[in-house]
Amino acid sequence: MTTKTVESLREKHDLILTYWISQREMADDFGGNFNSSDDLKAQSSELLEIVLKTITPENITDPYSPDLQPLFDYISGLTISRAKQGFSPRETATYIFSLKDALLRALGEIITDDTQELYRTTLEVSKFVDNIGITSFETFIKGREEVILSQADEMAELSTPVIKVWDGIIAMPIIGTLDSARTQVVMENLLQGIVDSESSIAILDISGVPAVDSLVAQHLIKTVNAIRLLGADCVISGIRPEIAQTVVHLGIDLSKMVTKATLASALKYSLTTLQLEVRRVQKDKSN
Amino acid sequence: MTTNIREQLSIRQERDLIICRNRVKEAAVKIGMGIVNQTKLITAVSELARNMLIYGGGGNVLLETVTRGREQGVQIVFEDKGPGIADINKAMQDGFTTGKSMGMGLPGARRLVSEFFIESTVGIGTTVKIIKWKNG
Ligand SMILES: Nc1ncnc2c1ncn2[C@@H]1O[C@H](COP(=O)(O)OP(=O)(O)OP(=O)(O)O)[C@@H](O)[C@H]1O
Ligand SMILES: [Mg+2]
Repeated sequence: MTTKTVESLREKHDLILTYWISQREMADDFGGNFNSSDDLKAQSSELLEIVLKTITPENITDPYSPDLQPLFDYISGLTISRAKQGFSPRETATYIFSLKDALLRALGEIITDDTQELYRTTLEVSKFVDNIGITSFETFIKGREEVILSQADEMAELSTPVIKVWDGIIAMPIIGTLDSARTQVVMENLLQGIVDSESSIAILDISGVPAVDSLVAQHLIKTVNAIRLLGADCVISGIRPEIAQTVVHLGIDLSKMVTKATLASALKYSLTTLQLEVRRVQKDKSN
Repeated sequence: MTTNIREQLSIRQERDLIICRNRVKEAAVKIGMGIVNQTKLITAVSELARNMLIYGGGGNVLLETVTRGREQGVQIVFEDKGPGIADINKAMQDGFTTGKSMGMGLPGARRLVSEFFIESTVGIGTTVKIIKWKNG
């Protein structure tokens, strides 16, 4: 795309808008979501303005160009606001892609003497609009993801149960990320559990924690220290082999804590500490 | 044929760290990286993205799969426009922190990945680029 073409497109702002809108109003999916075609016109005009202002002969072929960021931010905002108004992803995508038709029609009027150039520019504009569509799509996905994550957060808070596994031994499995807020909940529940059940050993199982970075390690150390202040012991179980290797490379020293690979070995350790023993009982076979 | 991954993510809040880790894991799985290297990589990512959030006031992450010769890998660039790091050599030492933390993030992340580049200018910002090769 040449600078001249970009300039011509900018001059044709009103015409492109007219093409775009008239085609939107005729489309079958032009539902009742817009209060009036005035709303559609205002929004489209704003979007077109930003597109035309942003586009340059350089960034049209480079979707990662930093000067496209304002456009992408605008598209994200637009996508979110349309989603809130009740537009489906398909409606928003169709809306954005229909801009392509209007732009291409205008291009055909601008580049009249060089079919090669028209072809090249058409491809570029087409890809550019596709990319705007992808940004909108990604915003949708990210929105969904945030909903899922916040639901997961809520579930996590509910699901840090203290389990009494034996007289004097409690356990708490942690599933998910151990961030600061979560650690607070874990610590409170665990300390309360120790007091309530008069336990002297708490097992913290981290099989369900995806990664142990320096923050998680710090949270574990804090939790262990708090438990010790109550006069109880803490065993960390569920250290998977890949986690063990990673923690060592990271350079974090967990050797002051009692750590076990599995919940079973943590339980065994706890029973031994309490001077308890689990034995197989030989049954009389009198048949 | 493997399609290359190239994704941009922004880190603005704690929750974005989880999304970022998940994306990186997906990329690592896609090129067939083993579980140990995967875990090392996402742990390094966790450190660097959190640094960006805490000290850099948030920033952007560019996640790509890359190829060198026969090796495939995951490359991630963390870029923030925060206050920058005055003395990088110090910051890269085990135990150095200006917060109340352990000071293991940067040096630990370097040990966990195959290639590590850091560039920082006070008042301009910090950029860290890492690569983890599939078998690295
Ligand atoms: N993106 C950044 N912008 C500005 N300063 C940074 C950035 N990343 C790290 N730093 C500085 O470098 C120091 C060392 O970072 P490092 O991640 O090694 O340790 P930490 O974050 O203090 O502790 P930990 O990561 O163990 O919780 C930080 O305390 C901070 O001063
Ligand atoms: Mg850190």
